[in-house]
Amino acid sequence: VGSVAVEDQPDVSAVLSAYNQQGDPTMYEEYYSGLKHFIECSLDCHRAELSQLFYPLFVHMYLELVYNQHENEAKSFFEKFHGDQECYYQDDLRVLSSLTKKEHMKGNETMLDFRTSKFVLRISRDSYQLLKRHLQEKQNNQIWNIVQEHLYIDIFDGMPRSKQQIDAMVGSLAGEAKREANKSKVFFGLLKEPEIEVPLDDEDEEGENEEGKPKKKKPKKDSIGSKSKKQDPNAPPQNRIPLPELKDSDKLDKIMNMKETTKRVRLGPDCLPSICFYTFLNAYQGLTAVDVTDDSSLIAGGFADSTVRVWSVTPKKLRTVKQAADLSLIDKESDDVLERIMDEKTASELKILYGHSGPVYGASFSPDRNYLLSSSEDGTVRLWSLQTFTCLVGYKGHNYPVWDTQFSPYGYYFVSGGHDRVARLWATDHYQPLRIFAGHLADVNCTRFHPNSNYVATGSADRTVRLWDVLNGNCVRIFTGHKGPIHSLTFSPNGRFLATGATDGRVLLWDIGHGLMVGELKGHTDTVCSLRFSRDGEILASGSMDNTVRLWDAIKAFEDLETDDFTTATGHINLPENSQELLLGTYMTKSTPVVHLHFTRRNLVLAAGAYSPQ
Amino acid sequence: MAEEKKLKLSNTVLPSESMKVVAESMGIAQIQEETCQLLTDEVSYRIKEIAQDALKFMHMGKRQKLTTSDIDYALKLKNVEPLYGFHAQEFIPFRFASGGGRELYFYEEKEVDLSDIINTPLPRVPLDVCLKAHWLSIEGCQPAIPENPPPAPKEQQKAEATEPLKSAKPGQEEDGPLKGKGQGATPADGKGKEKKAPPLLEGASLRLKPRSIHELSVEQQLYYKEITEACVGSCEAKRAEALQSIATDPGLYQMLPRFSTFISEGVRVNVVQNNLALLIYLMRMVKALMDNPTLYLEKYVHELIPAVMTCIVSRQLCLRPDVDNHWALRDFAARLVAQICKHFSTTTNNIQSRITKTFTKSWVDEKTPWTTRYGSIAGLAELGHDVIKTLILPRLQQEGERIRSVLDGPVLSNIDRIGADHVQSLLLKHCAPVLAKLHPPPDNQDAYRAEFGSLGPLLCSHVVKARAQAALQAQQVNRTTLTITQPRPTLTLSQAPQSGPRTPGLLKVPGSIALPVQTLVSARAAAPPQPSPPPTKFIVMSSSSASSTQQVLSLSTSAPGSGSTTTSPVTTTVPSVQPIVKLVSTASTAPPSTAPSGPGSVQKYIVVSLPPTGDGKGGPPSHPSPVPPSSSSPSPLGGSALCGGKQEAGDSPPAPGTPKANGSQPPGPGSPQPAP
Repeated sequence: VGSVAVEDQPDVSAVLSAYNQQGDPTMYEEYYSGLKHFIECSLDCHRAELSQLFYPLFVHMYLELVYNQHENEAKSFFEKFHGDQECYYQDDLRVLSSLTKKEHMKGNETMLDFRTSKFVLRISRDSYQLLKRHLQEKQNNQIWNIVQEHLYIDIFDGMPRSKQQIDAMVGSLAGEAKREANKSKVFFGLLKEPEIEVPLDDEDEEGENEEGKPKKKKPKKDSIGSKSKKQDPNAPPQNRIPLPELKDSDKLDKIMNMKETTKRVRLGPDCLPSICFYTFLNAYQGLTAVDVTDDSSLIAGGFADSTVRVWSVTPKKLRTVKQAADLSLIDKESDDVLERIMDEKTASELKILYGHSGPVYGASFSPDRNYLLSSSEDGTVRLWSLQTFTCLVGYKGHNYPVWDTQFSPYGYYFVSGGHDRVARLWATDHYQPLRIFAGHLADVNCTRFHPNSNYVATGSADRTVRLWDVLNGNCVRIFTGHKGPIHSLTFSPNGRFLATGATDGRVLLWDIGHGLMVGELKGHTDTVCSLRFSRDGEILASGSMDNTVRLWDAIKAFEDLETDDFTTATGHINLPENSQELLLGTYMTKSTPVVHLHFTRRNLVLAAGAYSPQ
Repeated sequence: MAEEKKLKLSNTVLPSESMKVVAESMGIAQIQEETCQLLTDEVSYRIKEIAQDALKFMHMGKRQKLTTSDIDYALKLKNVEPLYGFHAQEFIPFRFASGGGRELYFYEEKEVDLSDIINTPLPRVPLDVCLKAHWLSIEGCQPAIPENPPPAPKEQQKAEATEPLKSAKPGQEEDGPLKGKGQGATPADGKGKEKKAPPLLEGASLRLKPRSIHELSVEQQLYYKEITEACVGSCEAKRAEALQSIATDPGLYQMLPRFSTFISEGVRVNVVQNNLALLIYLMRMVKALMDNPTLYLEKYVHELIPAVMTCIVSRQLCLRPDVDNHWALRDFAARLVAQICKHFSTTTNNIQSRITKTFTKSWVDEKTPWTTRYGSIAGLAELGHDVIKTLILPRLQQEGERIRSVLDGPVLSNIDRIGADHVQSLLLKHCAPVLAKLHPPPDNQDAYRAEFGSLGPLLCSHVVKARAQAALQAQQVNRTTLTITQPRPTLTLSQAPQSGPRTPGLLKVPGSIALPVQTLVSARAAAPPQPSPPPTKFIVMSSSSASSTQQVLSLSTSAPGSGSTTTSPVTTTVPSVQPIVKLVSTASTAPPSTAPSGPGSVQKYIVVSLPPTGDGKGGPPSHPSPVPPSSSSPSPLGGSALCGGKQEAGDSPPAPGTPKANGSQPPGPGSPQPAP
């Protein structure tokens, strides 16, 4: 029933009734245009700041008129002033324009959010004083009330911000983030690599030593040793979040990873990665999610027909484990027991997983490649075994479509986010969520784990990105600046930065430690669906609905950051207009939206998407 | 941001009549206006709400199109039962109906006969999803393989060629939904162009003209080698394939400079060696490149035009100018130049005026040989009626004198005579239709003589023919369309001026007419070579289905001395409209040896009436295109790849070494010019 949203908000009637105190409906236009006149006539330095008031005031005044059932006044008010609003509020205005009756307001989530949360504005003290004086002089109580009750004005000392600075930060559903929201400390450093690796590596090298290569040992050991021993000062305590213990197979995988790392291509503006594109043919517009395993051996696709399909892209075929009766016959002591348990007859390149009852919007492999997660329109997240290719668990909790899910980089935990506007943290062995990250004002479109597994980032349709602490479930960062719903997120491999892509086609770069926007990459003409940093963080690859893959110079984007104290303290940023300098390459596909991007361990880009003939 | 364009937002609502219609369909007859209004508001709001949710599903489904299932899921979100039965993948075929002052959109549900469904064979099983890998980029370069889009779309090629600076303007990429924008840009190209500072101040860091790097992959090199070899090789089938590939392949952009050089160098060398066949092959390549819809040739026109021009006006193009049909090559190349002008001439590059100047200059020159003269005139004539009117008609008198002096005077050189003869027929061919438009009837021979000198009388008769042809065409078109199975009255043609000038340009030969020509012509090939054809000849043929035998009616013409009868029992000739003229010229394959020496014949025109259905010779009347019959000798220009379906057959000149029957006849003794 449409009233579910209302149940979420028990204080709805209280919130709405705030509109009861009304002035003369015919005066609203006059009030608004009076303020408009005042702001337009104010000094240039204040005008940009005060202009931020237009949108929230417009919305609240309109809603008041609607709530008090002055339909005609509301309509004419909207007609008269909606053109003045910034273009990035277009989508909200569209919702607003259809809201013409008091009854409509009850079920409308967007507007309820607008009411329940105060719209945040950052204004310098000077500008605020100017506004206050004006409103008091004019006895303009109507507007003053709205400012007092529905807006949160974050006053700072110092120079007013420029129009450009403001434009970079605004655009979200509820205004900018309060400054103190981004003040808490975030341990963005990486966890120390487990100690186990060194002895394992030694073993490996001892094998080599026997063959008479003592020279190689030292430099190799040093490089690895230095990497793992140096404790990142920004890293969280090792056991801040309990992590699963490494299994033998994980250790083997780590060794493989390390070997591959030595063969990794060093990327840079002069050495661009090759891109291998996996095209899903005959998908009939039905491909909704893709994931690739870390070692790039498997590709999973989620489809609108509720299936999840897993392909092996290496010559190694997919096999299931034998039946229990057959398994009992196997000699468990034999060396190749892991081979023996597999049923050769089931070998195939493709396995189809049936179980969901709606389009599959998210898919994620576990780091050990034994499990696959999928999230669907049917409100469940399912855990699949890649040994038996059957469903193990269905996690129910989101009652609405689950837009995204992802395994933690250390396995065991996973996060999901959906239409119910919350993200949930789960552990594979718990059928209920461990944490619920609530705070977004609209759908949570995408969820990503921080490389150290202590944080989760979520991108939402309310045009904000939030960073949540897994330990206590707190929101530790709110990033505003996107002008459209966010559809892709990725952390840089060193954990310091976050890149986000939205429907407005822009990619924004964030410094997690300082809580600042540090870059803007313009170029895409449609939703950015996929983002990924290269393994060493030199290149950022972005894939979009505009059928292109673009490569950006990430090193340059982060290199000349102005992280002086003033910027950090005030959060005032000056973004360089350097998208074109940072763009290293644009690669057009043949009408294939780029749904997923992946860097192999050797820094080859794998891109995936479904061919959709026009 | 604020100054960006703003969408007009308005609160559109359903018309309240819709509510009435819906109410009526539910059995509620009387519904108050006020209720309707309330319902309208509510329903509009709910529909919008659902549409907004459905959009969410579209975005998350990574699609650009909203589907019916998105609506279903949006309804499900609201706990509303989805709409069953709407499963159109692409679009919902709403039908529109109006009447009684009401407008209605409805979903048409046809009654389906179950037995039909049972009896129809099962549709093909749709293909299963599969995964295919390819290289989108190799170390920063996008390989030109079929899986990737063509390296540069035509718009971009054009933008690069015509506005090199504009192609990367600040903000353009961001604002415009230009898909191809900047897609081919190599890293270096992309740099420094978004700067707001004036570009010139940037100095070295900015490249003024982004140049595409034309490095060919190994595959492309192989392709290039194969294609060029096939184009100039001896196997006609391969050549046709190669030309087809050039004319259609979307990925040739990178090879263009090489093709262009290949052609221009090829022409340079082969003109010197007088290798007519190769020149023709090269011109066919130019034609194929021009026909390729994905290529924009502007950047290479400077290489192509000289090559094509050479093939039009060169003094000598073949080893035996008296026998080889280099005229056809000149005609073909002239058409190419006209096509180039049409496509690429702008006010800034002045291609057309420069070409016109070149042609005029070489024509005006007294010492110009007849071959070049022919080419210049052909080149000018192809540029259109206006050019003929302003540049050729005023010189007709002068040119006529020159022709007469060669044709009538003492035989100095056989080659000159052939040349003059060709120039004369060329002038007549091109000028007659223009004059037919310009001059009101009646056509008076004396008046023409006064205006155009020695060419006057011939012109006059050609104009008459042109008019007659126009008239006949009109009639034929009517007859074919209206009474296709009726026995036709015998068509007679008189030399008398037509009742009114008809514009031949408006007429089209129906496709069905073409076939008989073909049959006829092949029949004609077996016919004995015609003895000294008269300057003008009309043969009107018609047939009646009743007798199913063909009556041949020949008309003697105004020209005295042309009393000879029909050349073949099946040709009907009537003054000209081009397509038909050309059919004859290509079709007549009389070998030069058997061609009797006679006076230089003027054009011959054939019009054939449509044989009635059931006529043995007819065949299906819906034959697709007037393709010239395959002649026994291989024709380098005759491939269908060259003259596509819509092209007139005449676009392909005859094979070299296979002279036109009327063109290669050596002039016989005596005066060929009939005195009017």
